[in-house]
Amino acid sequence: MSTAEAGWLQAGLLVSALALAYRPLGDYLAHIFTTTRHWRVERGIYRLIGVDADADQRWPTYLRSLLAFSVVSVLLLYGFQRLQAHLLLSLGFPGVKADQAFNTAASFVTNTNWQSYSGESTMGHLVQMAGLAVQNFGSAAVGVVAVIALIRGFARSQTDRVGNFWVDLVRTVCRLLVPIAAVFAVVLIAGGVVDNFSAGHAVTTLAGQHQVITGGPVASQEAIKELGTNGGGFYNANSAHPFENPNPFTNLVEIFLLLVISFALPRAFGRMVGDNRQGYAVLTVMAILWAGSVAGISFFESGYHSGAALAAGGSLEGKEVRFGIPASTLFSASTTLTSTGAVNNAHDSLSPFGGGIAMVNMMLGEIAPGGTGSGLYGILVLAVVTVFVAGLMVGRTPEYLSKKLRAPEIKLASLYILTTPALVLIGTGLAIALSGEQASILNPGPHGLSEVLYAFTSASNNNGSAFAGLSVNTVWYNGVLGVVMLLSRFVPMIFVLGLAGSLASQRAVPASAGTLPTHRPLFIGMLLGVVLIVVALTYFPAEALGPLAEGLH
Amino acid sequence: MSITTIPRLRRPPREPVGGQTRRVSAGLLDPQQLLRSTPDALRKLDPRVQIRNPVMFVVEVGSVLTTIEAIAIPTVFAWVITAWLWLTVVFANLAEAVAEGRGKAQAETLRRTKRETTARRLIGWPGPSVTEEQVPGVQLRVGDHVVVEAGQTIPGDGDVVEGIASVDESAITGESAPVIRESGGDRSAVTGGTTVLSDRIVVRITSKPGETFIDRMIALVEGASRQKTPNEIALNILLASLTIIFLLAVVTLQPMAYYSHAPQSLVVLVALLVALIPTTIGALLSAIGIAGMDRLVQRNVLAMSGRAVEAAGDVNTLLLDKTGTITLGNRQAIEFLPVEGVSVEALADAAQLASLADETPEGRSIVVLAKQAYGLRGRDVTDVEFVPFTAQTRMSGVNLPDGRQIRKGAASAVREWIRAGGGQPASGLGPMVDAIAAAGGTPLVVAEHSNGTARALGVIHLKDVVKDGIQERFAELRAMGIRTVMITGDNQLTAAAIAAEAGVDDFLAEATPEDKMALIRREQTGGRLVAMTGDGTNDAPALAQADVGVAMNTGTSAAKEAGNMVDLDSNPTKLIEIVEIGKQLLITRGALTTFSIANDVAKYFAIIPAMFAAVYPGLDALNIMRLHSPTSAITSAIVFNALIIVVLIPLALRGVRYTPSSASALLRRNLWIYGLGGLVLPFIGIKLIDLIVQFIPGLG
Repeated sequence: MSTAEAGWLQAGLLVSALALAYRPLGDYLAHIFTTTRHWRVERGIYRLIGVDADADQRWPTYLRSLLAFSVVSVLLLYGFQRLQAHLLLSLGFPGVKADQAFNTAASFVTNTNWQSYSGESTMGHLVQMAGLAVQNFGSAAVGVVAVIALIRGFARSQTDRVGNFWVDLVRTVCRLLVPIAAVFAVVLIAGGVVDNFSAGHAVTTLAGQHQVITGGPVASQEAIKELGTNGGGFYNANSAHPFENPNPFTNLVEIFLLLVISFALPRAFGRMVGDNRQGYAVLTVMAILWAGSVAGISFFESGYHSGAALAAGGSLEGKEVRFGIPASTLFSASTTLTSTGAVNNAHDSLSPFGGGIAMVNMMLGEIAPGGTGSGLYGILVLAVVTVFVAGLMVGRTPEYLSKKLRAPEIKLASLYILTTPALVLIGTGLAIALSGEQASILNPGPHGLSEVLYAFTSASNNNGSAFAGLSVNTVWYNGVLGVVMLLSRFVPMIFVLGLAGSLASQRAVPASAGTLPTHRPLFIGMLLGVVLIVVALTYFPAEALGPLAEGLH
Repeated sequence: MSITTIPRLRRPPREPVGGQTRRVSAGLLDPQQLLRSTPDALRKLDPRVQIRNPVMFVVEVGSVLTTIEAIAIPTVFAWVITAWLWLTVVFANLAEAVAEGRGKAQAETLRRTKRETTARRLIGWPGPSVTEEQVPGVQLRVGDHVVVEAGQTIPGDGDVVEGIASVDESAITGESAPVIRESGGDRSAVTGGTTVLSDRIVVRITSKPGETFIDRMIALVEGASRQKTPNEIALNILLASLTIIFLLAVVTLQPMAYYSHAPQSLVVLVALLVALIPTTIGALLSAIGIAGMDRLVQRNVLAMSGRAVEAAGDVNTLLLDKTGTITLGNRQAIEFLPVEGVSVEALADAAQLASLADETPEGRSIVVLAKQAYGLRGRDVTDVEFVPFTAQTRMSGVNLPDGRQIRKGAASAVREWIRAGGGQPASGLGPMVDAIAAAGGTPLVVAEHSNGTARALGVIHLKDVVKDGIQERFAELRAMGIRTVMITGDNQLTAAAIAAEAGVDDFLAEATPEDKMALIRREQTGGRLVAMTGDGTNDAPALAQADVGVAMNTGTSAAKEAGNMVDLDSNPTKLIEIVEIGKQLLITRGALTTFSIANDVAKYFAIIPAMFAAVYPGLDALNIMRLHSPTSAITSAIVFNALIIVVLIPLALRGVRYTPSSASALLRRNLWIYGLGGLVLPFIGIKLIDLIVQFIPGLG
């Protein structure tokens, strides 16, 4: 089988699997958040944390609950790392330094999973399992519940209630993440991913070097790492490490996992607002961007014209030979489009345009399909902006899903689309302007700029992947990127929940022939246009000095 | 007092029927207007004025910065860019000034009607000892009584409390035919500034000086009381946030440029910023709003707020009065149906005789039908005695010299008359009457009394005539997603028949004001916006409840107070036009926003390579327009950006073309024109400008 055939086969399998999962998983998601029945274990949890599970919250209360949960999570995770030396299974590692512990705590709670540390040489098994992996569940669930509140805003009418954060959170974890992660942890173990409590084997390599090979509870963490679009690897090499991702089968499973919830959420959205076509429209936009991105990166990686690369049939620098180009580019596109940030190849070694696309993928705002929950709310906010402009063009106060978009809604949507570019651009500008921080750049010229831009783009979009070649384990980068991650995760969520509240309080307007249909190809095209022109073009000047300058000769 | 020749507003062509009407269309831009408005445009450069428009304020600040830079380091390029940046701001102001200028001219005309009125205030009216004093019109207070006689100008808004008069209201309506105003009833309201042509009336003043109808009209057409409408506010927020995003993109570009050893001059950075922020729509946004209101004024509709105009575009349900809107307002005879034993000619002859003196439109239509269908001409009617219609007899007719009496009237009344005359109504009469009623018509029974007995001759079928083309109009409304509901006092059967013929979606028969109110509430509870017209005092609650309430100028002051628009022509069909104007206003904003944003793509391709191709020659590949030089490229983008504003001013004032159709069709059309056009046009425009500016010394 040629490389190209293998690539098509893998992409075909992946798309088929996602298509098969779309309806059942989406319907199940909708069921989780609309049923009134509680599981017994859930009731136990509600009693434990003292929550009235049948009382819905107003949006500010919902937001406060969400923020409180996240603040406590950050503090716990920070404490965990700092006190690691005194904990079980620490493997003898000392406590993590303050700035790095803050950065890591912020990173995992915000679903970014940016790692300025190297897993196998910094974190013990307990911190990995009870600290980081718990946040893999928690942060993914927070994203999901936020979008569910927004969907309720569309679906409900004349109410100030958007749901109960604690119920949504517990259900997401108990009914969605834990069962699926458990099943796929077993699948990954069967596929060869390690899962043990080994403190490591000291081995002598062929070249006579000594090396410690760390084992650990990898497979269990790997499943939720992908499923929750987290991306924080057990090992520094992340999914390029053979213990995390030993072969093309596990590779495909991991890509499937990191896409599956985000691609199924549009179905849940369609179900909950009572019009499945709306879900398909959003799905189509996501799918087009995803497919375009996969095709783009694959094209540039296999066609990269440098001497050695050409001889190898494409750019294989930084890629694992066991995956080859298609499985690597499929992973790269999917991970940068989902806010996962796990990698199975070195993005720093992507060709200039391939790396540029990976960066643009994130710059789109993680919407195709994006992180669990965050991807859907991201694209829905852009849909709100699109409907506003398009709706004016049909001569009515714009309506999306029977809700009018007026100044309050547009204010919230505008603030949302303002936040991420502001963080990326100000962060990159500062890092480049400060001579001290410039010193972290290991490569000169445009590639160096790309590395900084990539770092801030990744942090600001809660992706977590990185161009290597930038020493980010400094107090400045740990601190600034930590703050950027927190702001870029929770500030937009404030606007999303505000939007949910504002929409829920409205009376639904009945649709008529004068209403802009938001499920037709025309609207899909327009939403794509807004995503590409309004969102992506913001970064065009910066891109021009980074990947474009590097790639255009 | 002096009676000035009353100036007139532009009088719109009367709309003859429901269909075949003018579409919402052009008010052409006179090039001289641009010149006349230039001083106003320059005055608006005051930053305190400019800050109300965030996008253009950023451009102005940028212009100040480049001016300083150009003075410090004078180059041709810096000065050319600076000049064009200032022009961009001026052009934006010009758009607004031109839009305002049209209103100002109208306001001036109106203001002239206000001057020099003297009121004859009555002290102690009504009472035994009424005295009269002369006071200036502006000193009148609410509750004062004034007397106005033929030839005098009514000094303020009020209600007629005594007398009846014909009034020339052309000062505000442009309609020269006088109207009748009388005390009591629905025609009691008079407007200050109009002139009494005959008789004498006493008017109770109902508005404070400075708050009269004319004052409000002046404020409205001048735009003095203009507040941003909800959609405009929302759009402004979106534009402001796009501006902030691009501001960040440009500000943070400089450190990256330094890192890349290609620091940019302030002039270039400001140029990039101005090219990227949505200046086109930012410049034209307020002109679009003012022009939208102006389009209404040109159609003699006064909207009390821009909010109401926007709401008109959103309307889901139109409540239309049957009479005058859907039907011509007069029933016409269309058929003579004789009873058995009577020839149709005999019936026609009798009907004609009975109607010769009947001056009502119905009566005339009977004469016309008799002539057209049966060749019966009018005849000498000197020695006959006409019996006029009264509410008691519900009949009219004629007594001929030979003793023969002919009557026509409501079926029950004529039957009574026949029995009283010793006759029996024919057995076929009942079914005929019922059949006509079922078809939505009005049956008029004709009977005669001769030779000692009375008998029925037959029935005249009077029919409500639906306006020509109104069906097409309703079909269009349906395509636009607007439901039409006909309101009528007719019974169910009649209403159903006319509703079917006119093609309305629903009807409310035997409607009382309470029914109307309930209908509006019901629609609104379902989330729909309702528009209606009304004139009577009992319409006032419904007018106030409706989202768009258009009061007829002929109506009472209560109705005019309650509605949020007043139609000076008192033409209920205009509601449809108002809806179209509301839609057109929003479409124009949306289309130009799309255009403005789509423009950015080309500007990126012009400016980015110009900025950085010197240090990264590979970036010249982005110069797909093959612009001559970096300076000519940036200049071309800025010149295009400024000129496109001027080019689009006429469009902003006139509104984009609007044909009623479904949302999908509208979106498709506008997206092709303004989306794709906005993408492609600047590539062509910038290239063409570059072909010229490259010859300017210092830019090549």
